[in-house]
Amino acid sequence: MKNITLTINNTPVTVAEGATILEAAKAAGFNIPTLCYLKDVCQDSSCRVCVVEVKGARSLVTACSAVATDGMEVTTNTQKIRASRKTTVELILSNHDKKCLSCVRSGNCELQNLSKEFNCDETAYEGAMLKFEVEDNNPYIVRDNNKCVLCRRCIGACHEIQSVGVIGASSRGFNTYVGCAFDKPLGETPCVACGQCITVCPTGALSEKDDTQKVLEYIADPDLTVIVGTAPSVRVTLGEEFGGQIGADSEGKMVAALKMLGFSKVFDIDMTADLTIMEEGAELLERLKDTTAKLPMITSCSPGWVRFIEFNYPALLGHLSSCKSPQQMFGAVMKTYYAEKTKTDPSKIRVVSIMPCTAKKYERMRANQAASGFADIDAVLTTRELARLIKSAGIDFKAIKSAPFDSPVGEGSTAGLIFGASGGVMEAALRTLSETVSGKPLANVDFKAVRGTKGIKEAAVKLGETEVKVCVVSGLANARIIMDEIKAGKSNYHMIEVMACPGGCVNGGGQPIQSANVRNQTDLRIERAKTIYNKDKRANLRKSHENPVIKALYKDYFGKPGSHKAHDILHTTYIKRKKFT
Amino acid sequence: MRERAHILVCGGTGCVSGQSKLIMDEFKKEAAALGIEQEIKLIFTGCFGLCAKGPIVVIYPEGAFYGPVSVSDVKEIVSEHILKGRIVTRLLGTDTCEKGVNKSIAESAFYKSQQRIVLKNCGLIDPEDIDEYLAYDGYSAYEKAVTQMMRQQVIDCIKASGLRGRGGGGFLTGLKWQFCLEAKGKQKYVVCNADEGDPGAFMDRSILEGDPQSIIEAMMIAGYAVGSDKGYVYVRAEYPIAVSRLDIAIKQARAYGILGKNAMGLGHAFDIEIRLGAGAFVCGEETALLRSIEGKRGEPRQRPPFPAVKGLFDKPTLINNVETLGNIPQIILNGAEWFAAIGTEKSRGTKVFALGGKINNTGLVEIPMGTTLRTVIEEIGGGIPNGKKFKAAQTGGPSGGCIPASHIDTPIDYDNLIALGSMMGSGGLIVMDEENCMVDIAKFYLEFTEEESCGKCTPCRIGNKRLYEILERISEGKGELSDLDKLEQLSHYIKDNSLCGLGQTAPNPVLSTLKYFRDEYVAHVRDKKCPAGVCKALVSYTIIPEKCIGCTLCKRVCPVDAIIGELKGKHVIDTAKCIKCDACVGACKKGAISK
Repeated sequence: MKNITLTINNTPVTVAEGATILEAAKAAGFNIPTLCYLKDVCQDSSCRVCVVEVKGARSLVTACSAVATDGMEVTTNTQKIRASRKTTVELILSNHDKKCLSCVRSGNCELQNLSKEFNCDETAYEGAMLKFEVEDNNPYIVRDNNKCVLCRRCIGACHEIQSVGVIGASSRGFNTYVGCAFDKPLGETPCVACGQCITVCPTGALSEKDDTQKVLEYIADPDLTVIVGTAPSVRVTLGEEFGGQIGADSEGKMVAALKMLGFSKVFDIDMTADLTIMEEGAELLERLKDTTAKLPMITSCSPGWVRFIEFNYPALLGHLSSCKSPQQMFGAVMKTYYAEKTKTDPSKIRVVSIMPCTAKKYERMRANQAASGFADIDAVLTTRELARLIKSAGIDFKAIKSAPFDSPVGEGSTAGLIFGASGGVMEAALRTLSETVSGKPLANVDFKAVRGTKGIKEAAVKLGETEVKVCVVSGLANARIIMDEIKAGKSNYHMIEVMACPGGCVNGGGQPIQSANVRNQTDLRIERAKTIYNKDKRANLRKSHENPVIKALYKDYFGKPGSHKAHDILHTTYIKRKKFT
Repeated sequence: MRERAHILVCGGTGCVSGQSKLIMDEFKKEAAALGIEQEIKLIFTGCFGLCAKGPIVVIYPEGAFYGPVSVSDVKEIVSEHILKGRIVTRLLGTDTCEKGVNKSIAESAFYKSQQRIVLKNCGLIDPEDIDEYLAYDGYSAYEKAVTQMMRQQVIDCIKASGLRGRGGGGFLTGLKWQFCLEAKGKQKYVVCNADEGDPGAFMDRSILEGDPQSIIEAMMIAGYAVGSDKGYVYVRAEYPIAVSRLDIAIKQARAYGILGKNAMGLGHAFDIEIRLGAGAFVCGEETALLRSIEGKRGEPRQRPPFPAVKGLFDKPTLINNVETLGNIPQIILNGAEWFAAIGTEKSRGTKVFALGGKINNTGLVEIPMGTTLRTVIEEIGGGIPNGKKFKAAQTGGPSGGCIPASHIDTPIDYDNLIALGSMMGSGGLIVMDEENCMVDIAKFYLEFTEEESCGKCTPCRIGNKRLYEILERISEGKGELSDLDKLEQLSHYIKDNSLCGLGQTAPNPVLSTLKYFRDEYVAHVRDKKCPAGVCKALVSYTIIPEKCIGCTLCKRVCPVDAIIGELKGKHVIDTAKCIKCDACVGACKKGAISK
């Protein structure tokens, strides 16, 4: 690619052709503030915070979208620019609900930061303000349009990244707001609850439905046994909420903090990820044998994805594995096997899961997710909610010592752990399937072709004599591509892993929110997944079928994968949904 | 002329709403009753331009210009003019009648200084009959372009003509074509922007209503020049007559083999589809328009890339306004030099204006660039009604500004208008007299843009709202002197920071009125007075005792019984009760009510 040279504030800088002024300025050592811009998600140039002066241009230019050209002369910090940016933020503040003291994003709000940075007067342009009712009538996402700055990142995430497209700009002029078609509440649309809109929101306009109070009430009830399970990816992100590095491993501290919060037992959902592999693996082998079975088989761990296929490809639901997700298997095992084993009345057990995901809050409420007769899962907290809970309990996260998961069902293999990154389910399945089919141990358990942040990854693997073609997809826009292939009869895969969020659970809608300043420079998915794969590399127990907990589970309770009992407890059904009713 | 008389009845929107269709029917009926259907030809034309005198009927060979004509006048016209050859002078416009004798239309004050290039066929041919267009050299420009010119030659010709975009921006049309020709891509599109949204502007509507085939031909020429086989016309759904005539025109052109896979048998494919706009003003902005055609929310996007490179469905797209295209066939036929000889150095050709407001001859005029405002207002426009004084002319619609009386001798062209803080815009020209309050005018236009803003970028979405709120305060007498600085500062901010042309020009009405009529703002703010008596909160109604004759007219129209007084006695207004509805002012024959 050709290089071009331009000057930023008289400093010459050479960048690759196609770079924006924002990127060129960064290379020259100048930060330009942004608000609506978020790499790969939104480049709408709507907020106008990043304006710069370009010699010869008619008006100010938005650095986030304007492409740098050879010989361009850019200034980023003149009086005019400073005044413009300040006015822009003051205008936004003039129509912003400034209840910062009680805002879930206070301290991690990009608008607050800009206001501080530009020394804004929040009363400079007082005038009429729009008033919206806070929408919190679905179990996963809360929308408070009074705090919306119309950056439209959420729209970018919903349309471009996820191809779900249930939100968009409504009305016009000053009355513009982000809403759904026909002003339906989010819960009555084909929203898949993935929460990607929340993680890109710069303010408190979008947040997860908070279930922390509910969990605190469970813990406070002496009659209840409150069990908590943590999803694979939470341990590599929770630390970020306490100032830790992106992707830092905080598994031990997380477990310790959960114990300090007063949970009766702290288990690892990596274990039921292993269980998922056993069930899903058996299901695939069954399908491969049965010439009438639907192939490719597609994973069902990601509830956002499940909701997506139910709405968008209801005719193809037969491709979906009937396995419950690791979260739901966890709850089911706790209230059946574990309850029996510990002689606890399942009605007195509350199972809480800590998830990287907002869709899990919805998944818990799906039909056919109550193996014991009681809901498999009683409450779902996102990583962010757990962090708030820890903070509110006065636990000094940085200072506390690590603690191990509880026995006897605490241990998971790192095959379960890698579920946290896109490709992990597939890799874990391949490890187990290869060995079960061939009966021989694998020389190398790493299936690197399915790792990484690419939206669609492919591999061909020998299972005994059969070559199996697999595909790994993350991000629902990518899933749509693959599904359209299946619909058109052009797909020759045997198994597909789909995760609703790009990069998988490490980048889930319930994960810590990093500002655009961070996300524009650092790929969160890479940093967080790196820790997961490093843990896997160092581990001894790297295959689901070798997990002693799993072996015991089948020996004592389920018999074998795919057994009748396993089907009763660990499998579920799906619903053909209509987009608009 | 096989027939004895050609009767042209105006079928423009204005005259149609004045029942010109019924006038047509009446002519048919009368002719049938007399058995002379074969001797006359009735033509339902496009707009004649002099809308103030509509409904208009013109009869040839005499060229008698009747207006306003009502259905009941038809009988007399037929019996007197058609049968007896006596022109009905009482129906002739003052302008076209000299001492009771019919005067040539071309010599009338309204038409004399006009030069009709784009409107050449408007008010002349039947827009629903392709044969009439063909008879007036229709499609010979396309034939010439394709058979005698290379693509580059066509573009060079447009470039050399100096034609600039008539939609508002004034960008060089030939250059736009060149960019599109050079853009890489197999599929290219030609889009005609007929989303005319300025309040009071109806140039594009009239062209589509009066001469739709000329736009089809221009788009075909453009398609040939840039290498496109597909055109879209994006037209407002609020223009039903224009839409229907364009639709008829397209169908006729297809039936004649003019549009199609082998257009006119000359080896190039071209076809056109109509897309209806839903009425959002911002869809006149080219990138918003293209998004709207794509079926998305009509919102502008940041340029570059320009549509010529990445336009409709991300393909290179040539987008021109109706009036711009209307010039194309004439330029090709008559040559670039012919066109370049008209107008001023940097603004060649003519410009169509929709003349409105406080002016006698409201209507559609096409003048050579460089014509002074004075000529337009005093000569073509026939001056201000009721002997009032000319105060300002507003050009460019909500994006433009107000030009004060002191600049009435300015030759109208792109650059002069910009220098005065206004702009050409699409061609609305609203005349104001002393009874217009300039704060109110600024408020009116800003209310329009504020409402029509797409809401995408901060400066336009919130900035214009705040700007409007300040103007509202001022007009309610709640303003402070510091508000004037705030208006200016915020206006400049919005101009510099907005994403698209709508926002970048929205404060122009505020800035230009502040520049030329600052004293009026000061009167509102400091003296709490509206000198023109428009801003209600600042006006109080009183009866001048010396003028009042006690006729009780005012008392009788007052809806709130705020006027006290006996017959032949002096009347008084109870200001506590008065709702400032202005009814008494209208009723008083003695001008005794002051405000």
